[in-house]
Amino acid sequence: MVSSQNESSLLSSEGDSQRTQYPYVTGTSVIGIKYKDGILMAADMGGSYGSTIRYKSVERLKQVGKHSLIGASGEISDFQEILRYLDELILHDNMWDDGNSLGPKEVHNYLTRVMYNRRNKFDPLWNSLILGGVKNGKKYLGSVSMIGVHFEDDHVATGFGNHLALPILREEWREDLTFEEGVKLLEKCMRNLLYRDRSAVNKLQIAKITEEGLTISQPYSLKTFWNFAAFQNPTVGAEGSW
Amino acid sequence: MTKEHANWSPYDNNGGTCVAIAGADYCVIAADTRMSTGYSILTRDYSKICKLADKSYMASSGFQADVKALQKVLSSRHLIYQHQHNKQMSCPAMAQLLSNTLYYKRFFPYYAFNVLGGLDSEGKGCVFTYDAVGSYERVGYSAQGSGATLITPFLDNQLKSPSPLLLPAKDAVTPLSEAEAVDLVKTCFASATERDIYTGDSVEIIILNAKGVRSETEQLRKD
Repeated sequence: MVSSQNESSLLSSEGDSQRTQYPYVTGTSVIGIKYKDGILMAADMGGSYGSTIRYKSVERLKQVGKHSLIGASGEISDFQEILRYLDELILHDNMWDDGNSLGPKEVHNYLTRVMYNRRNKFDPLWNSLILGGVKNGKKYLGSVSMIGVHFEDDHVATGFGNHLALPILREEWREDLTFEEGVKLLEKCMRNLLYRDRSAVNKLQIAKITEEGLTISQPYSLKTFWNFAAFQNPTVGAEGSW
Repeated sequence: MTKEHANWSPYDNNGGTCVAIAGADYCVIAADTRMSTGYSILTRDYSKICKLADKSYMASSGFQADVKALQKVLSSRHLIYQHQHNKQMSCPAMAQLLSNTLYYKRFFPYYAFNVLGGLDSEGKGCVFTYDAVGSYERVGYSAQGSGATLITPFLDNQLKSPSPLLLPAKDAVTPLSEAEAVDLVKTCFASATERDIYTGDSVEIIILNAKGVRSETEQLRKD
């Protein structure tokens, strides 16, 4: 009994209690694609507290400097901390006052290092991030996970988006998508997520970033379609069921 | 009072297979370009090969974030070496550096399974194969990663390497021509792709010889 007492006091010192983490308020999938003029990203505005959809106006798409856009899923408070890190990064970049500015590739690399180093300290930021942007005509779209796994591609998604949205994007994405086509494609994916991801909410934003600049849309909802024949009179073949 | 257990792992296996074959005056280094996590494919177009020096190419599979960090550490160490010695590192020197770098993190390892390929100072092909904590040896050929168990027996059969226990030591580099070795590598990956779910999409092949470096890409099954 004495030894186990010692063991637990050794283990529950302040240092250790910072380590193991659980996410509390989380955002679900983010999806991003390259299109003709730049990058399009979509995310809903839900912040779930376990199985409760606690917050419905969480902005998970944010601007980073002049050339980049970040979308985050996972723990919202960790995302807010990441935004503070990025704010400082961009501030210092501006303070050089040398006409240079960090492009999306650089910001993605910075985020990767931050996530990986936190993972090395066993104190991860519980997020999956998507970073997109355009600089000097070059489009960039990358992803980083909470343990530092990172890559770039023409289409990326986090969380459930990997399972439900990416297959659609892989099938229907093209190099020369127009803005309207890109939005339609993202909406198709977001609708699919809405149907099948229980933590999705029907209030989303779509962000567009091009060489000219960034716009994040006002929140809006998607039309959903429940007129499947199987849903009309569902109990007709089995009286008494529901 | 039971110890708290973490509900996340600092490691992940992003899959993939790497192969290298040493020839009399060339070296072939190859790796597939699929990056996975669990049962999902993250991207089909990701290079696992890194040029560490003019004559040293490293192919690594395993946990991609660790692989990238390892590549960064070795590249910057090589840059420092060049500043201090005014020359490129030889492949055997890089091999030792890689081993030391891996062992340095013996108690929180880089989850990276590496194959280092290049040309030694005599211009002969050399391949070094590693485990995650830096144990290494020079061999005539090697495969690492998720498809290694499928490829290694095939290479054993086709390359008929002499036993490393023989005295006097017999040369392990294959007498095959460069074109035959490249073809053999393509066959290896086509076979591994059939049965290993983490291998596929395409294979990137780097061929090093006295004339320089050449790259080939071959498409693989995407399922």
